[in-house]
Amino acid sequence: MKLELRGITKRFPGVVANDNVNLALNTGEVLSLIGENGAGKSTLMSVLYGMYKPDEGDILIDGSPQVFTSPADAIAAGIGMVHQHFMLVPVFTVAENVVLGVEPTGALGRLHIDEARRMVREISDKYSLDLDPDAVIEDLPVGVQQRVEIVKVLLRDAKVVVFDEPTAVLTPSEIIEFFEIVKTLVSAGRGVVFITHKLKEALKIADRIAVLRRGKVVGEVDPKAASESQIAEMMVGRPVKLTVDKDTASVGDVVLKVSDLTVLDADGRTHVESVSFDVRAGEIVGVAGVQGNGQTELVEALTGLRKAAGGTISLDGKDLTHSNPRERHQMGMAHIPEDRQRQGLVGGLSVAENLVLTRYHDDQFSHGVIVDWDAADAIADTLISEYDIRTPSKETGVGTLSGGNQQKVIVARELSRDLRLTIAAQPTRGVDVGSIEYIHSRIVKERDSGTAVLIVSTELEEVMALSDRLLVMYRGRVVAELDPKKVTPMEVGLYMAGSRPDGAVVA
Amino acid sequence: MKKFFNKIGERLNRISSMKLTLLAVLSALVVGAFIIIISDVDKLKSGDIAGAFSTVGSAYWALVVGSFGSLRAISNTINSSTPLILCGISVAIAFKAGLFNIGATGQMLAGGMASLWVGFSMHGPGIIQVPLAVLAGAIGGAAFGAIPGFLKARTGAHEVITTIMLNNMMAFFVLWLLKTNLFQREERTDPISKLVSAEGKLPRLFGFLDGRSDLIAHAGFFVALGVVAAYWWFLKKSTTGFEFRAYGLNSDAATYAGMHVKRLTVLAMVFAGGIAGMAGAAEVLGTYGYASANFAGNIGFDAIAIALLGQSSPLGTMFAAILFGALQAGGRQMQANSDVPIDLIVVLRALIVMFIAAPLLVKTIWRTKSATVSAGQTFRGWGS
Repeated sequence: MKLELRGITKRFPGVVANDNVNLALNTGEVLSLIGENGAGKSTLMSVLYGMYKPDEGDILIDGSPQVFTSPADAIAAGIGMVHQHFMLVPVFTVAENVVLGVEPTGALGRLHIDEARRMVREISDKYSLDLDPDAVIEDLPVGVQQRVEIVKVLLRDAKVVVFDEPTAVLTPSEIIEFFEIVKTLVSAGRGVVFITHKLKEALKIADRIAVLRRGKVVGEVDPKAASESQIAEMMVGRPVKLTVDKDTASVGDVVLKVSDLTVLDADGRTHVESVSFDVRAGEIVGVAGVQGNGQTELVEALTGLRKAAGGTISLDGKDLTHSNPRERHQMGMAHIPEDRQRQGLVGGLSVAENLVLTRYHDDQFSHGVIVDWDAADAIADTLISEYDIRTPSKETGVGTLSGGNQQKVIVARELSRDLRLTIAAQPTRGVDVGSIEYIHSRIVKERDSGTAVLIVSTELEEVMALSDRLLVMYRGRVVAELDPKKVTPMEVGLYMAGSRPDGAVVA
Repeated sequence: MKKFFNKIGERLNRISSMKLTLLAVLSALVVGAFIIIISDVDKLKSGDIAGAFSTVGSAYWALVVGSFGSLRAISNTINSSTPLILCGISVAIAFKAGLFNIGATGQMLAGGMASLWVGFSMHGPGIIQVPLAVLAGAIGGAAFGAIPGFLKARTGAHEVITTIMLNNMMAFFVLWLLKTNLFQREERTDPISKLVSAEGKLPRLFGFLDGRSDLIAHAGFFVALGVVAAYWWFLKKSTTGFEFRAYGLNSDAATYAGMHVKRLTVLAMVFAGGIAGMAGAAEVLGTYGYASANFAGNIGFDAIAIALLGQSSPLGTMFAAILFGALQAGGRQMQANSDVPIDLIVVLRALIVMFIAAPLLVKTIWRTKSATVSAGQTFRGWGS
């Protein structure tokens, strides 16, 4: 089968999301569609999947034009999609989820669940997906849930499988497994479209890479012949630095001091256990670790969103273990939260309103009970230009901006005041290359102005590049303090997995 | 030709939520007309289709005349709208903070009884006594509204459950109060209260017209308009209004931003209760001059539909309340003039709410595409 998009144009009020896009895909190959957030990747795939009707252009399968009015049409034509956010029923089993909508039924609509299980097992074996048909979705790790989505698509006999940012939710080892699955799919004669904004992954897995910028295909490259920086430049439209530029830190006094901190969840499970460390003025301390080893809870305890069950936290010598988030904020603590949509922003409020979300009560922006929206609007104009936030206007709903620009709104709000301590959790998760470069430079600039900085990230490369000192968390404990210049990612990876380079098991 | 239709489609795509609301009302009227026609069995049997259509015409015309066609009609509309505006804003302000206030009825009763007590026990000059009585109504409603707010902040008890329960408790409490010596009118055995002193009543708007005792609209309408203005100011200008909006849209982000979300929960219910309490005061001090067991009627529930219809905005909620008030006032005229029972009004209101709740349906009927118009922020689910 040969799938072709010819001259696809899709306009939304005020934007051309796709501008005369031409793409072709043969089964048996991996086409990577790469571009920044907002470049039009998702729109293009929605057109392909029948969710949007293109304003111009045609979708052709083996040369004959197709009209898709709904995903059902696309599925019938052999196109399958694995969405970034899975469409699974958490309390159903794998088999139940897979057959949902195409249930094998007998007389009076009785469900043949055995048949469903057999089908799951068959596909699972064929593509070595290692799935238990009777496992309940909510008990499964994200990587396995993704495989369920893949089985769903294969069961509907997709010739072309589209993956929308499939690695965003996966751990490093799950990513490796995922790539194996992609290879199996391709060798079984299916075509794969792999949408991503991660250069390394595209280079690793794709047979061809199509780069999308502002709705247009700006070029197609051969991964064997192209370099990361070359593709990054095509994506962003200017040369991009992929490494972090920073001088040696000039370290000052201790700003954040954490002693014996223990954090529990509502059920009494320990997430952070007797953690002690400090962060000094003018240095960046990184916390590395596989997701779910207590980093989230550590940050929540440091920022006052979660109670400490034991131990103390102090800022500039003042104990703030029991202070609320606002008090900590007013003592000069900035917090870039790990989940910007859930915590960092109110999607339904405007860019300007979000830029004062943590500061509206400051004297600068309010007189008594009245918010001074003129002052807020003025600072919004300043921050939008200073932090290069790409938004139609300051009144635009922040939820409509791209991920990178949403993150810039948070970074602008949190860093644009006098700070003692900046805590940044996953500061560049789901953020495009151009914005990553900018956010990193901002964080380094903050350090150079004498702020203590704590970075928590599951992206090992990122923490290693940014940090002056590196802590590794494993099962709620800090298991190593390392000098990022003297260790290799492999060594840090061993600590993250709970062992030590000399082979001993940590704690 | 195809281009022409595409152009129209594009126009309709950009349809505003305001237009959607108007289309919902229009849809309801169309369905209502259909109901009038098919329920007119006699005319249908005799094949008098034209006659059936003329029934619709005269019924809807009576609605218009009965609500805006004369000074008396306007007075009736104002009178019906007053408590609806106040309770509508009460529900709307809670919606803004992400809370579902089903308790406007109970809060209205609480506020009404508090204002009643001031109204019959004080004998000061009206200029002092009336504002005091309205204030008492607000305080009574606010105190009663604080209970579900506090329960939610402290224990997480969902306000939908607690406000429904508290409505019942207040209804029976009022019934009991009306039988006590303090409240019950002398020489009466049924639950009916003493009369508010003449000085203590909200002045009638058209009181300057001699011999028009049928014009019952009272100054409570200005209280309602004042509350609408205050609500607008609160949302637009005040720090707490900003907190309400942020909290209502994303409670996690509000917590992250250092807002005291438990305090906001209580405060939102206090404001909601206070405003509903003023509705009770307006009914007792303006419309009736006394309290009976069921003076709150169905207003607290109609208010939910009104706040939804007005998408919780100050002006939207006000106009929705006036629309409901006009339907109520016009409905009586319709019943008198055209054999169409006043129950049609209930049907029309239900249809309006249904069409508002189903924007996609309206879009399909009126051939507007895309599903981008959101149903608007209402309240958080049970889990939060």
